[in-house]
Amino acid sequence: MKVLVAVKRVVDYNVKVRVKPDNSGVDLANVKMSMNPFCEIAVEEAVRLKEKGVASEIVVVSIGPTQAQEQLRTALALGADRAVLVESADELNSLAVAKLLKAVVDKEQPQLVILGKQAIDSDNNQTGQMLAALTGYAQGTFASKVEVNGDKANVTREIDGGLQTVALNLPAIVTTDLRLNEPRYASLPNIMKAKKKPLETLTPDALGVSTASTVKTIKVEAPAARGAGIKVKSVAELVEKLKTEAKVL
Amino acid sequence: MTILVIAENTNSALAPATLNTVAAAQKIGGDIHVLVAGQGVGAVAEAAAKIAGVAKVLVADNAAFAHQLPENVAPLVAELGKSYSHVLAAATSNGKNILPRVAAQLDVDQISEIVSVESPDTFKRPIYAGNAIATVQSSAAVKVITVRATGFDAVAAEGGSAAIENVSAGGDAGKSSFVGEELAKSDRPELTAAKIVVSGGRGMQNGDNFKHLYTLADKLGAAVGASRAAVDAGFVPNDMQVGQTGKIVAPQLYIAVGISGAIQHLAGMKDSKVIVAINKDEEAPIFQVADYGLVADLFEAVPELEKLV
Repeated sequence: MKVLVAVKRVVDYNVKVRVKPDNSGVDLANVKMSMNPFCEIAVEEAVRLKEKGVASEIVVVSIGPTQAQEQLRTALALGADRAVLVESADELNSLAVAKLLKAVVDKEQPQLVILGKQAIDSDNNQTGQMLAALTGYAQGTFASKVEVNGDKANVTREIDGGLQTVALNLPAIVTTDLRLNEPRYASLPNIMKAKKKPLETLTPDALGVSTASTVKTIKVEAPAARGAGIKVKSVAELVEKLKTEAKVL
Repeated sequence: MTILVIAENTNSALAPATLNTVAAAQKIGGDIHVLVAGQGVGAVAEAAAKIAGVAKVLVADNAAFAHQLPENVAPLVAELGKSYSHVLAAATSNGKNILPRVAAQLDVDQISEIVSVESPDTFKRPIYAGNAIATVQSSAAVKVITVRATGFDAVAAEGGSAAIENVSAGGDAGKSSFVGEELAKSDRPELTAAKIVVSGGRGMQNGDNFKHLYTLADKLGAAVGASRAAVDAGFVPNDMQVGQTGKIVAPQLYIAVGISGAIQHLAGMKDSKVIVAINKDEEAPIFQVADYGLVADLFEAVPELEKLV
């Protein structure tokens, strides 16, 4: 079966971002960018499905600026077969991304679509669910285990009180949680080979999708800073402070 | 303006996060209706009707809604939601699972995890793991929103007397089915609602050592949390994880033991009123957000702390 994996180019998870002085957004100039960590897990799961003989082809798709090609090449180096970039310089909301992915799903007709559960920049946690609504497919969100049996996928999900397993009719949408797998690193020969794999570029217009949004960001601020704390010398002093100064015990 | 709040429930009980969601709805203003979807939810509906400030409770009692499968619940919420100005749910695993599906069915953007209501169409929400706060404005006909419980003080669970009305819409979409679940058993307070949280990290070294934290927590009436490192190492189950990808907590007192304080962990606890860090590495980033820091070996400090409190 064909597996479609969506990946997003985001600020590297180790970077501590700074808000721009004019409050228009966060400063991403000269900041290290990477593949969103949950998307890496999605790519890894697709590659493992291929290694098990469940998946026959992995198509990786990204929606973003021209530079998102770097993240697509990374996915190709990890084992994806070909890549699609839907190029858009604008920062798109989840619904617009889901609509563009729906257009790619219509074109590619995958049996399984794997996305990360959330992007670490917008922290929305929406796109997979929205894509499931638009395609009418079942959704297995926050997956920590995926098993494909014939025309069904059993997905174990991380929920607030523990784990839940659901059976989804294929085609279906799965979003990855951290514990689904441990992504591999790309080897140098594979990085070289990935340069020769096909990468198709499309535009929202070519897909006939409007990316208009009903939500706009008015301003972005730094969170309130916490007052400086103190270091205590002993446990006794700590307990004393918590009782008399902070009054939380 | 009429606001629909989706009740977070387990069929037999109403989850506390619903009370925080109703609080957010009150800040928006207007009549508040609560939807209780599930199977055999009579008691939940009655509990919802007693919430202060709720005008009406809609009950959708159907076997198809028993496990909150989004394929079945989202069409119901989308159908009902068309006649409301706002549709709100708590940002729990169910709320996050169902609501974006509702928003896409209504063809509107969703606003995730709001922490404050500026006006009926303007909200604040954290982005970049809480390192920035965005103010967003929605022009959507129906504003679909998930609410971060720690951003709003819960309304009173008693005092209301809303009318209860049955709705018969929706059913099994036939796309998915519930297979089973494995819930972690705990007698301690729920992590997201606890007044005190004691969390352990990689510094705990193994799962057995978490018993030191459990004894301390029991003495304090606290919940026990963990960092991703502790969960990934298999010390504790994943539903104990506090952070950007785990649970968001804001207790009165958060005690971080053997946790370095990575950005992703801080995202889940830095709104706590008082933060205490116990770590033997005095350079650990956790000390930058801690109100009280103790540089010490946790295996000596924790038992001593337990004796003194």
